[in-house]
Amino acid sequence: MNEFLIAIHRDLKSKDAKPSPEQMQEAIKPFQDWIGSIAAQNKLVAPPKRWDLGGRVVTSDTVTDGPYAEIKESIGGLVLIRAESYDDAVEIAKGCPVLKWGATVEVRMALTAG
Amino acid sequence: MDNHVLIPHLFRTEYRKMVSVLCRLFGISHIEVAEDIVSDTFLTATETWSLDGVPANPTAWLYTVAKNKTRNQLKRHLLFEQKLAPAITYETDAADTLEVDFSEKHIADSQLAMLFTVCDPAVSTASQIALALNLLCGFGIQEIADAFLTNKEVIYKRINRAKDKLKAAAIKIEQPSLSAIDARLEVVLTTIYLLFSEGYYSTSHHTVLRQEFCAEAMRLCDQLIANRRTATPAVHALMALMCFHASRFDARTGAHGEIILYRDQDDTRWDKALIEQGQHYLNTASTGIQVSRYHLEAGIAYWHTQRADTEEKWENILTLYNHLLTIAYSPIAALNRTFALAKARGKATAIAEAEKLQLTGNLFYYSLLGNLYTGIDNRQALAHYRAALKTVGTDADREIIQRHITELSSDIQDS
Repeated sequence: MNEFLIAIHRDLKSKDAKPSPEQMQEAIKPFQDWIGSIAAQNKLVAPPKRWDLGGRVVTSDTVTDGPYAEIKESIGGLVLIRAESYDDAVEIAKGCPVLKWGATVEVRMALTAG
Repeated sequence: MDNHVLIPHLFRTEYRKMVSVLCRLFGISHIEVAEDIVSDTFLTATETWSLDGVPANPTAWLYTVAKNKTRNQLKRHLLFEQKLAPAITYETDAADTLEVDFSEKHIADSQLAMLFTVCDPAVSTASQIALALNLLCGFGIQEIADAFLTNKEVIYKRINRAKDKLKAAAIKIEQPSLSAIDARLEVVLTTIYLLFSEGYYSTSHHTVLRQEFCAEAMRLCDQLIANRRTATPAVHALMALMCFHASRFDARTGAHGEIILYRDQDDTRWDKALIEQGQHYLNTASTGIQVSRYHLEAGIAYWHTQRADTEEKWENILTLYNHLLTIAYSPIAALNRTFALAKARGKATAIAEAEKLQLTGNLFYYSLLGNLYTGIDNRQALAHYRAALKTVGTDADREIIQRHITELSSDIQDS
């Protein structure tokens, strides 16, 4: 088993943000089911946290309010999972209910020492 | 009450109190001396009361005799003078002035201190439970062996190993400090819950004994609730959980000792008073920001006290299992979550999820798949129940699975 990071990116800033706050509200229950499903397979590394939409962006000389938005989509959620392979991890990521409202999910594998 | 009833009764209620107080007085390295004095006190009671009759206040009589025996021991034995006396924390030089405090408050404090001592992480869980049953609950070695379906030697070894570990680690028997409570309460709760589960799920046929284990676990939890510093929301949640489970203790068994599954139980045999108590504890637990596994499990158990199969019930159970699994994975929780999913979202959804679990070799995994496939694909269901039969451990489980196989086989032939 390897560890993978599932990063959910979504548009937090523009007026026609995808998904909309209403859609996010609607996604809460399916999101819980998705996490519950991962946990039931004993593939959840840590309980996921909810993150605020504010955030600070820090550079070497500035601190600005708001999430990082040089690109359109900011991080909307992070889930740490265990999976056999990239294929397995991608299969799990495909179940993320926010996808159907236009979010993008990025999957990254943790490197092991040595 | 005559002697034959009274003495075992007092043994059950008073042995543990006196042992706790004396252990705390002597320290962990002389735990056997404390046990000997208390056992000897009961021996004296048996002899004296059968000749002279039972005294007016038997408990006070036992305390007085135990105090005198403690003083005599101190005077008589060199061991005591050289090793034990200096260890005694009381500020006294002479055995004559030694005060053994059997006041209600001191007993309660000593029992709490002993509970935290027995649940020290230095001791393995199996030994903790055996020691807790013996020292904190006053069960005999034979009774504990019966409940664990093993022999006396095994339990004896477990208890001695636990004592040796505690001695080697030089654990102090003391009122736990606030930081010790923070650090160790979780282990204490785990031990109490395991003790309860031992009584609740044990395959032993000693029903009365098993019920007593459950009652003892609840009593220990009550000791934590009685102390302001240990009465945390998680402790109340565990108590609620145990009340909800215990409410079905009688309804789970039929007239011939056979297991009655939840869906077939006569809910008029559920203990309403315990359910109400559970609700009370769950309400009390609902403060603060921490959600422990006991809060979630108590929530699940609460919904199981509601008979009607409503959408609300199974949605709530599913949500609680989703949450529980993120903080405490266990195969049984994963299987139960999938069952709740079937109730809330239908069997097709649940089958897809169940097959991801891959708990091959697990009896309940095959039983769950057998249940989910029944009515959808009976041949598949039959195959899963047959796989379940291969992993079965107890006669009771075998009988239940065999029942499903017979039903399915005749359905398939009819179609």
